[in-house]
Amino acid sequence: MTRKQRRLTMIGGSLAVLAVAAALVLNAMRDSIVFFSTPVMVAEKHIPPGRRFRLGGLVEKGSLVHGDNLAVSFKVSDGGATLPVTYTGLLPDLFREGQGVVAEGALDASGVFKADTVLAKHDETYMPKEVADALKKQGHWKDDYGKPADRAKPAAIQGAAR
Amino acid sequence: MIAEAGHYALVLALALALIQSTLPILGARLRDPALMNVARSAALAQLLFVAASFAALVTLHVTSDFSVVNVFENSHSLKPMIYKVTGVWGNHEGSMLLWVSILALFGGLVAAFGNNLPLSLRAHVLAVQAWIASAFYLFILITSNPFLRIANPPIEGRDLNPVLQDIGLAVHPPMLYLGYVGFSISFSFAIAALIEGRIDAAWARWVRPWTLMAWIFLTLGIAMGSYWAYYELGWGGWWFWDPVENASLMPWLAGTALLHSLVVMEKRNALKVWTILLSILAFSLSLLGTFLVRSGVLTSVHAFATDPRRGVFILLILCIFIGGSLALYAWRASGLKQGGLFAPISREGALVLNNLLLTTACATVLTGTLYPLALEVLTGDKISVGAPFFNLTFGPLFVPLLVAVPFGPLLAWKRGDLLGAAQRLIAAGVAALVAMAVVWAWTTGGSAFAPLAIGLGIFVIAGAVSDLAERIGLFRVPPATTLRRARGLPRSNWGTAFAHAGVGIALIGIVCETTWNSEYIGMMRAGDSAKIAGYDLELEGLRERQGPNYRERVAQFAVSLDGERLSQMTPSKRNFTTRGGMSTTEAALLTRGVSQLYISLGDPAPDGSIAVRIYYKPMVLLIWFGPILMALGGMLSLSDRRLRVGAPKPARAMRGFQAAE
Repeated sequence: MTRKQRRLTMIGGSLAVLAVAAALVLNAMRDSIVFFSTPVMVAEKHIPPGRRFRLGGLVEKGSLVHGDNLAVSFKVSDGGATLPVTYTGLLPDLFREGQGVVAEGALDASGVFKADTVLAKHDETYMPKEVADALKKQGHWKDDYGKPADRAKPAAIQGAAR
Repeated sequence: MIAEAGHYALVLALALALIQSTLPILGARLRDPALMNVARSAALAQLLFVAASFAALVTLHVTSDFSVVNVFENSHSLKPMIYKVTGVWGNHEGSMLLWVSILALFGGLVAAFGNNLPLSLRAHVLAVQAWIASAFYLFILITSNPFLRIANPPIEGRDLNPVLQDIGLAVHPPMLYLGYVGFSISFSFAIAALIEGRIDAAWARWVRPWTLMAWIFLTLGIAMGSYWAYYELGWGGWWFWDPVENASLMPWLAGTALLHSLVVMEKRNALKVWTILLSILAFSLSLLGTFLVRSGVLTSVHAFATDPRRGVFILLILCIFIGGSLALYAWRASGLKQGGLFAPISREGALVLNNLLLTTACATVLTGTLYPLALEVLTGDKISVGAPFFNLTFGPLFVPLLVAVPFGPLLAWKRGDLLGAAQRLIAAGVAALVAMAVVWAWTTGGSAFAPLAIGLGIFVIAGAVSDLAERIGLFRVPPATTLRRARGLPRSNWGTAFAHAGVGIALIGIVCETTWNSEYIGMMRAGDSAKIAGYDLELEGLRERQGPNYRERVAQFAVSLDGERLSQMTPSKRNFTTRGGMSTTEAALLTRGVSQLYISLGDPAPDGSIAVRIYYKPMVLLIWFGPILMALGGMLSLSDRRLRVGAPKPARAMRGFQAAE
């Protein structure tokens, strides 16, 4: 093999691997990406039953009902609309009424969101990122969301100190 | 007083870094040894002042000085001492201070142990280190000063986030940072080589131990973090393809590629330009990781927009260093002389394939991590890219890599014999086929890919063993000769075999855990028992207990197998009143061989029962034994005589020896 042929082999091999990787990425993008919605967006977009998405909003106060065998149901609202959610399993440590939540699953035929995952990922102010952004966009954000009374005051001190 | 002293020490460190980033380069231009030597003393002094600054912050935390914002926000007087210390880096400001401390530590090490480096190279390397350091000192001093005081000091602090009050925090971030920041050394060497316009095999020999050290720490840091998430979050998951995790995986992949291309460069003086690029990429990805984690862009794009100073500052650092180094690369790299020819089928060829697959896999992770951010900025659509995406892209790229791993070390330099290598791997192949057949016949359920993947893992392990056996002539020469050869075998050969076997072991652990993990979720009350994977777990009772800064509810389980009582397990749920009633789940683990039983508690019901989640995770510990073995391999390699005493002489003197290598 000449130097040129060797180099061509290398470049050809690299391009082949990159092409395969690009194909894999595009294929995965089509199938495995999950969109995020709030109850208002669900009502507007008419998401068909069975299509997976992430639902985010606030857990409505007083809506959490524990059923048998770890079945729970609660309502998620974003100020404009409310969507009932059912879930079976343990709720994460940070799950609370009145706090933000993100659940992944799909709507069933009767319009109930059947969640198979309730996410435990929050920042320390108990507000998942997507929920905070969505609430802010819709103008339902209040600065004291997720801040227990004892946290609000030190935040003010901190503000003064900075 | 201590806070002000710490602050002042940090300002002095910045001043030293500014001197260190200019004078040595000037010295190299003027060929003035005195000016070039400024780098050495400046780096050591800088280390001294940063260490003083860091010690000041630790002291403030230990003494619970709540007049300092950072201590007030992250500490509590009742917090156990170990968490008072680890809490120093459990927050943004403190962890950035740890970052620069480690950067200064590496700079100091190069200064202290770099006596055999050519003077101008050392001056350039330390100057580049100082550029990075200056940027991050400015970042800390301008946007994230940990020494700020509160006008009216409160009596009590807000306590550290309970999830972080764990021994994992003591080990994981420092390890990870030692890895992240360790790549700054290879970056500095690469930039120095580009500035000097000269690079040779001796350069690779200097860079390799530093890269190897960073890689060892990063490997252990990632594994440690994964195990921490596994037992602390209470979900039994060990890898979530979370952007924060990906941020540490990407430099690891690039660093692993760099480690392998450095071998080619050191031995064969080839792939120079590519190695330089990889050095730049590995550290750029570390910087990207720092940006993703530290700018707040992941927590909320809005948080980034409303308090943009930090994010924009790091983004600026990121752009200057990545853009600048790539521009320098584009400008100077073509001037570097190409060396060592080799055929596609050869040790070099195998290492190129390794690099190609690792960097491509790294690129897919990068795509999956940044695509949601880009899409949100461009269209406002919010998406999540989770495990399925990475399983579909990262997985298929890793399979050919693993198949190729055993072949690499068996191929000769320059021109290899693929058929010969395949013949020597027949035993490994047979072992893999037997493993596949056994697993397929013995197990029920699970994916059809599982036996294949386990076979692949066995192939990688057996391949590493047969490489060693081949080298020491096991069963071919008399035992005494074998023993002598084993003793004479360079440690780096042992290192390679250990590290490669580690990959196979981790793969087996991952496949077993994901395929045959069994789970029991239910409400249990005292006296109830649950059966899982042959084990019988009886809930004996619940009790309340008071900890130093929390209350916890402890459940006591008796574990028995075939009617014989083995042990007891006590998972608990902790409630931190100091943090507004935030609770954490403390899972209980029982290790059986390399498998584990895992119990975590949920919420209690009004009728006295409690939600319980029990897992049986077969072979789960192999997931972390693998990386430990890889790190051990790295350490063996690092202790190789060649790297310690080696002969790092500039190219002119090396030329004569090259044929022999």
